[in-house]
Amino acid sequence: MLRYTAKQLANMAITLFAVSFLVFALNELSPGDVARKLLGAYATQSQVDILYKEMGLDRPLIVRYLEYMGNALAGDFGQSLVFRRPVSELLFDRLGNTMILAAISFAVIVPLSMLLGVLAGMRERSLFDRAISVFSSICASIPEFAMGVFLLAIFVVWLGMLPGVSPLRADSGWAVWMQFVLPVLVVTFYDAGYLISMIRSSMVEVMRSAYIRTATLKGMSFRGVVAKHALRNALITPFTVILLQLNYLVSGLVVVETLFAYPGFGRLMLEAALSKDIAVIEAGTLVAVSVTMLTQLFGDLGYMLLDPRIRV
Amino acid sequence: MTEATRDIPAAAAYVEVARARPRIKLGALARVWNLLSYSPIATVGAAIILFWCVCAIFAPWVAPYPPNKIDSALLAYPYPTSQHWLGVDHLGRDIASRLIWGARTVLIVAPIAVLTAAALGTFLGLLSGYRGGAADAVIMRVGDTLLAFPKIILYLIIIAKFGASAFNIVAVIGVTNAPIIARIVRAVTLDVKNRDYVAAARMRGESPLYIMLVEILPNARGPLIVDLFLRLGYTTIAIGVLGFLGVGLPPPDPDWGGMIKETYGMLFVWPHMTIIPSIAISSLVIGCNFLATGLRESSVDG
Repeated sequence: MLRYTAKQLANMAITLFAVSFLVFALNELSPGDVARKLLGAYATQSQVDILYKEMGLDRPLIVRYLEYMGNALAGDFGQSLVFRRPVSELLFDRLGNTMILAAISFAVIVPLSMLLGVLAGMRERSLFDRAISVFSSICASIPEFAMGVFLLAIFVVWLGMLPGVSPLRADSGWAVWMQFVLPVLVVTFYDAGYLISMIRSSMVEVMRSAYIRTATLKGMSFRGVVAKHALRNALITPFTVILLQLNYLVSGLVVVETLFAYPGFGRLMLEAALSKDIAVIEAGTLVAVSVTMLTQLFGDLGYMLLDPRIRV
Repeated sequence: MTEATRDIPAAAAYVEVARARPRIKLGALARVWNLLSYSPIATVGAAIILFWCVCAIFAPWVAPYPPNKIDSALLAYPYPTSQHWLGVDHLGRDIASRLIWGARTVLIVAPIAVLTAAALGTFLGLLSGYRGGAADAVIMRVGDTLLAFPKIILYLIIIAKFGASAFNIVAVIGVTNAPIIARIVRAVTLDVKNRDYVAAARMRGESPLYIMLVEILPNARGPLIVDLFLRLGYTTIAIGVLGFLGVGLPPPDPDWGGMIKETYGMLFVWPHMTIIPSIAISSLVIGCNFLATGLRESSVDG
């Protein structure tokens, strides 16, 4: 297991280098943009050229990349062009906010989908199973922005119960905790729909297996069969998938954060991409990719711990 | 390495190859009818998709008004009326007509993007499964790297860099979805490439291309079709998301995500302008997912 972890970590480092170089190269296809962007549309070409030289953009791509990575390894991700702040500071702030939203959503989504998934999968094709399957399928089909629009129309426009924006400031007229309700709801509907159907199908598969039939035939109560035999096995397969939701919750919340003006990581990436803020894009991508790969690694390791039949 | 966040578990779970079921030859129509009467959920899904397809194909005749016709006089009462069934938007354009023309956009762009992904993924999957060795290692490694990117961020970077056009959207969705399809096809290929009939084909002296396409690929048909419909749904969401974030298909031509973005700020005043396109896009995705679920159920139990 130690060897496996080491190997995966090495793999991860290689992928991170590949990804960082790709993003760097992609953004540097037209490096002149940066100087022009900084100086604005009314700067003369010679001014742009001077800044271009000053920033060292006339050196070859690979040299600049190595310099960038050298600084990055030392913790310096450069300066954001748009926000005029060090990127690491900016990312830290925004990631913190996103983590809060992600943690709350995760704490709601996981128990909810386990409960509904297991209850539905327990009795395949029962009325409850059908209802939950259709419900989860519909939830997973409604895009976050559409779900956001529906919930906003109901709770904000119609009932006036909740705030429509979540800038996380106490002076916006609403308590901060209330600003979390709608974003968490939107994320929960979209993501739980998917998780419920995953857990359900795993449960269905377990309930069809021979040892469950044996347990039932030897006279064990249905409740006992589910609690003692089925539950644990049914939750092993979805474990990795559950953990992988962390990726989505950290780097996939672009839409929800935009919808509610939530000052998080996803919206930062959107703003950076739209204004071609290279330093932020590069560092943000590295963060997002490392989150993905780390959760995958933890998922694989946890899976091995849970299911002793799996060995590397 | 495991799947990216929202990728269908299915790939691993129901790659079932060559079921030993006596195959009754049915005409294509009869097969479709069989499936629909077997699974009500597939019927609902197919009906929704069919509805939007009809809208898209007959847009010039079905749409009551030109989609980009601006009439600000209508803003005095933009709500649904007998002339404008679904009301008009913030510029006085008929929402029903814009939805119908928007269906055309999404039903052209999304399937082309998915088919691009399917073609690319199938080719790479066959190649890496059948050849193995270095080709396999390289293809899977590149695929893993691509899947490590959070999709939405990758879309943003590329679209922001190269501009929002239908072609770029198709390209970026095609490339990012290909690795997942490649995995499905590769799994099937690995499973069947050592079977007797493949060996027989090799013995006959068939070319590798023939073996891959004619002998191996048909085995992947079941899981592939299910996956394509799921992917069609997700692609519809992706196009909507790009439109909503302001990097979608360029205006003024109607695009559902764009319609939501444009009127989102007016939710308090004229909620129907935002809610109606949201329902439209949700319904199409629900249709795709229902059809995929029905297809999967009938192939697993059948």
